[in-house]
This record gives sequence, C-alpha cells and structure tokens, in this order.
Amino acid sequence: MTDLLEVISGILLLIGSGLIFTGALGVLRFPDTYSRMHAAGVTETLATTSLLMGLMLLAGWSLVLLKLIMILLFILFTSPTASHALAKAVWRDQQHKSHGEQPHDS
Amino acid sequence: MKHTFSISALLATIWLANSGHYTGLLLSFGAVSVALVVWICHRMDVVDHESQPIHLTRHLPRYYAWLAVQIVASNIDVVKRVWSGNSAISPGMRRFKINQKTDIGRVIYANSINLTPGTISVTLSDNEVLVHGLTQTNLDDLDTGEMSRRVDKLEQ
Repeated sequence: MTDLLEVISGILLLIGSGLIFTGALGVLRFPDTYSRMHAAGVTETLATTSLLMGLMLLAGWSLVLLKLIMILLFILFTSPTASHALAKAVWRDQQHKSHGEQPHDS
Repeated sequence: MKHTFSISALLATIWLANSGHYTGLLLSFGAVSVALVVWICHRMDVVDHESQPIHLTRHLPRYYAWLAVQIVASNIDVVKRVWSGNSAISPGMRRFKINQKTDIGRVIYANSINLTPGTISVTLSDNEVLVHGLTQTNLDDLDTGEMSRRVDKLEQ
C-alpha cells in the first residue's frame, strides 16, 4: 500500500517538474509578454497542483497534509489576481507608449 | 453575524493547522489572536458577503469540479503549443460582454479566465472584460459563453 502511494507520488512529482520545465521553456520561446504569461500560467496551476499532490501523498494523514492543502489553496486564490495585475500593467504601459506619452504612475 | 462566525472559524482553522502545539497556554494565545484579527477586520469594515461569500457555498463544489477539468484541459493544450513552437500560436485580444450583476460574480469570472492557461483577463470594467488569448481557438471557446453561464448560475 505505501509502496503504491510512493510510486504515485513519484509520478506526480515527475509530472510537476516536467510541467515547470515546459513553463520555463514557453517563457523563453514565446514572442511577447502576454504569450509568455500563458506559459507561466502552466507552472502556477497544474504544475504546482501536481507537485503539492505528490507531496500530500508522501505526508500521509498528518498536520503537514493540512498545511500543504492550505499552500495549494492560497496559490490558486492569489495567482490569478497577480497575473491580472501584471497583464493590466503591461496593457497600460503599451497604451502610454502608443499615445507617445511618458509612462507615469497614477 | 454569520459572516463574523465564518471568519472566526476560518482563522481558527488556519491557526490550529499551523500551530501543532495544543497546550492550554498556546491555545489561549490562539484564541486571543483570532479575536484580535476579527476585531481589526470589523473596524476595517471588510467582514461582509464579499470577503466571506458563504451564500455561494451550495453551488461552489459543482463549479470548482467543472473549472478543474477546464484547467487540466487548457494546461495540456498550452503544453502542446509550447513544445511545437511559435507557429502553433496566434495571440490576440478580444472584448467580451459581462452579464454578471454583482462584483463578486465579475471577480469569479475574471479569475476563472486567468486560472485557465491560454486566456488572461487584461482589463475589467462593469460590463466588459478585455481578454488576451494565446490562440484564436481559446478566444472562440470563451465566446461560446459556457464559463459565463456557469458563473451566472453560481450567483443566483
């Protein structure tokens, strides 16, 4: 039983690492900021989920499991807000540039 | 009142999960700190249906299950496009009408757009959202309004 859990956990950790590598590759490969953010989106959703799930299987029924669940929830709640803020900043910057103005804080 | 109870329960759960020490002294410290934070939140006037959306609880599990499937599907799609290179993407922006009536509905919709890789909400106003898509297909999928309808159902 524990052997099976360890194997599944290993597979999940491997998938997570592969997805993070893919995200990094996408960030390097894609041509503009927005497209790169889509690639980064892979690392913050499915990659972190499968990594944390792999760790949860190793943790077993303990307080660590609860903490890992909390980390996962906090990441899933905050990352879309962070990427929205980043996208909006890029958009405003482009608006300013296309109007020939200096970007300024407001 | 029910929102105060909800935030107290939430804070107590976080404290208990992070502490791991369950002696009388530390538990009473925990109770005091939870009470302090609840009091501060009340003074900031943030304890309401927006910070504690308990009225959504009944419909949330179903929406989350659907969203989880969407997230996995769009992740696989983006991973494929990363490996096949720049020829596989056709980035673009499009404006979508928003039907959600409440702020929290709009926020859930925009956050769901952001959580599925391939689409990012760039700006959000009262009745419109500007979305950047990695491919035109991503934008077309959003245009069918499936996600918007499901958030609508959540709001009711």
